[in-house]
Amino acid sequence: MDFQLTPEEEAFRAEVRAFLDENLPPAGERGPGFNQEWDAKVRARGWVGFSWPKEIGGGGGSIMEQVILKDEMAQRRAPALGSCFMGLAWVGPSLIEYGTPEQKVRFVPDILDSKYQWCTGYSEPDSGSDLASLKCKCVREGDEYVVNGQKIWTSIAMWSKWMILLVRTDADSEVKHEGITCLLVPMDSPGIEVRPIENMAGTSMFAEVFFNDVRVPVENRLGEEGQGWQVTVSALAHERSGIAEFHGLMHNLEKLKDLARRCKKNGAPAIEDPEIRRRLLRAEIKIEAMRLNGTRYLTKQLRGEKLGAETSINKLHRANLEIELGEIALEIEGGLGALKVGADAVPDDGRWQHMSMSWPEVVIGGGTPNIQRNIIAERILGLPKD
Amino acid sequence: MDFGFSDEQELLRAEVRKFLDRSAPLEQVRKIMASDAGLDRSLWGQMGELGWVGLSTPDEYGGSGLDLVTLIVLLEETGRTLFPSPLISTVVAAKAIELAGSDAQKALWLPGLAEGTTIGSFAYLESSDRHDLDGIELRGKREGDATLLSGTKQLVFDTASADLFVVAYRSAPERDAVSLALVEPGAAGLEIDHFPTLDATKRLGRLRFEDVRIEADRRLGEESAAGAVIAQLLDLGALLVTAEAVGTAEGAIATTSEFARQRVQFGSPIGRYQGVKHPLAEAHVDVESFKSLVYYAAWALDEGTPVASQAVSRAKAYASEVLPRIGLEGVQLHGGVGYTAEYDIQLYLKRSKWVRPAYGDADHHFEKLAAESL
Repeated sequence: MDFQLTPEEEAFRAEVRAFLDENLPPAGERGPGFNQEWDAKVRARGWVGFSWPKEIGGGGGSIMEQVILKDEMAQRRAPALGSCFMGLAWVGPSLIEYGTPEQKVRFVPDILDSKYQWCTGYSEPDSGSDLASLKCKCVREGDEYVVNGQKIWTSIAMWSKWMILLVRTDADSEVKHEGITCLLVPMDSPGIEVRPIENMAGTSMFAEVFFNDVRVPVENRLGEEGQGWQVTVSALAHERSGIAEFHGLMHNLEKLKDLARRCKKNGAPAIEDPEIRRRLLRAEIKIEAMRLNGTRYLTKQLRGEKLGAETSINKLHRANLEIELGEIALEIEGGLGALKVGADAVPDDGRWQHMSMSWPEVVIGGGTPNIQRNIIAERILGLPKD
Repeated sequence: MDFGFSDEQELLRAEVRKFLDRSAPLEQVRKIMASDAGLDRSLWGQMGELGWVGLSTPDEYGGSGLDLVTLIVLLEETGRTLFPSPLISTVVAAKAIELAGSDAQKALWLPGLAEGTTIGSFAYLESSDRHDLDGIELRGKREGDATLLSGTKQLVFDTASADLFVVAYRSAPERDAVSLALVEPGAAGLEIDHFPTLDATKRLGRLRFEDVRIEADRRLGEESAAGAVIAQLLDLGALLVTAEAVGTAEGAIATTSEFARQRVQFGSPIGRYQGVKHPLAEAHVDVESFKSLVYYAAWALDEGTPVASQAVSRAKAYASEVLPRIGLEGVQLHGGVGYTAEYDIQLYLKRSKWVRPAYGDADHHFEKLAAESL
């Protein structure tokens, strides 16, 4: 065991710190053009798509450099590295592995330059956790695919220019993972209708997307017909230590302790309440366990081993914490915990109300906790498949 | 950056596992549980000869001079098979002498403790149930060059097998005025009671002192100056208990998972049902997490970092809360046979009853952390 960085790694950390000192003003002092300037500056450094190969315009960062960059950025609560969120997370990695040379030239630079948004058309009303059962119909007619069906929970569909879409091209395939094809679809194609869904927090971040005889040129197919499932499961070696999540959770926890010092429970500061203390400390221990679990995953990656189902462990912790921190906060607030964001007397500008109403984004988004438990039980403990 | 074990450490793990699987499977563990002292002297002797008892004792005193990170590999394995032995007690006692003893005391006691021919135990806990300096009330009264000890230590580990007790006592009223002495079981004025325990693989007892005379060569270090050493011993004890709990939790999960693969109800192995799968998955999440915490704590203690004591407390608090739950789940998931003496899962549940309070329960460690963090 050894937590030392090499001199090269230390030098890289110093470089990131120097950049942040120079280019990241405190949160209250950022002007209206800040985000765009930030995107351009981090792009110029090669830090957008930092894990992608240099040949394609990425940063070619090693696993350890990726961790250092994220660690420093998250500690200082810097904005994301590039604002084409879905493009960076999903589309780019699939393009790099399966895209034609033309597709790469057409799409990758725009993703890196944060030119426009992408959305991901994966889930359907009857295919959520069981995604591979998706049914969105797709038939080839000459040089075009014709798509009919529906997607749901499509984040930022209403602000996206393009969609990476999974459709069923072979309805008769015996194995449900086969017969799925991946298409890249302009959101202004005739026949696409986007209906935003209002969530319980009162905002609309995701939408239903309907396809009615939508025609997609065959050249917009990513990978081969029937290869869609593999296409969207990227094999790119990006680091998965979750270091950025750690800093985010610790930041929330510190704010929560501060709230507990200010609010009273039974006439005394809430921070003196034994039950609140225990819950805060239990959360702190879990967050530290996440950091160290992540460091073990990182070690495995650095030793050249593949990561498997173990990353579900931190996903479960994250889900539990996302809910628990919001719940502790509202309990600390007492009666004020019943108020809505925007109410006059709501503590901390309603951040806890917001958190306690928006956790499903994290908890359900990347695979529900029950799916993570199945993954652990089946792939690690060797229990029979459901 | 590397947060994992070396090839040598993994080799040690494989050797220990092979040794325990061959020499101390659970049938053998049950026989040792039924013995008076709760110890198989021959197996213990072999472990001493293999260098495992003195793994972390300095080489000049007959040990292997390895770090705590290596030692926890050994403990994970003894925990997995519920191996009954005074390993933790002996390691903590040896550490007390290493940290506070004179050269002569080290030369006299450490080689025996390292090879296991002397079994040691650290006696600190009293009726207040406090795992800190304030809990030490056993009185030491100077009489010339000697000290007379009076008071009671309870829940002392391995009283039935120990040859040497390291006893914490109060030499003056000030909080830090605590001291350490070496006491042998036959000392005049010392009464030892052995308690039956829920977990017969772990033995506990009570030491009653009435003017037990401690000569100068049996005091460890200057009188009233042992506060820092005792704090280190409490951290070490909590670390070792938690490392062993990692193996115990994994053993309980493996035993229950195996049962869930075999046991068929409603036409299917019960391990297919989410009602069985999910609690086992949660147990795995918990053990992997307190495992990470305990690995880090071992490293932090080895390095002497200022956060080491907190790291230990995080690990022990987590383990103290979840190991009892894992034991309860394991028994329940076994159904009726989980309640029988014949099936092994109950042994893991019983071990959790020992682990929970040993070197401080979750409540103790939460409050210790709160002092820094809240």
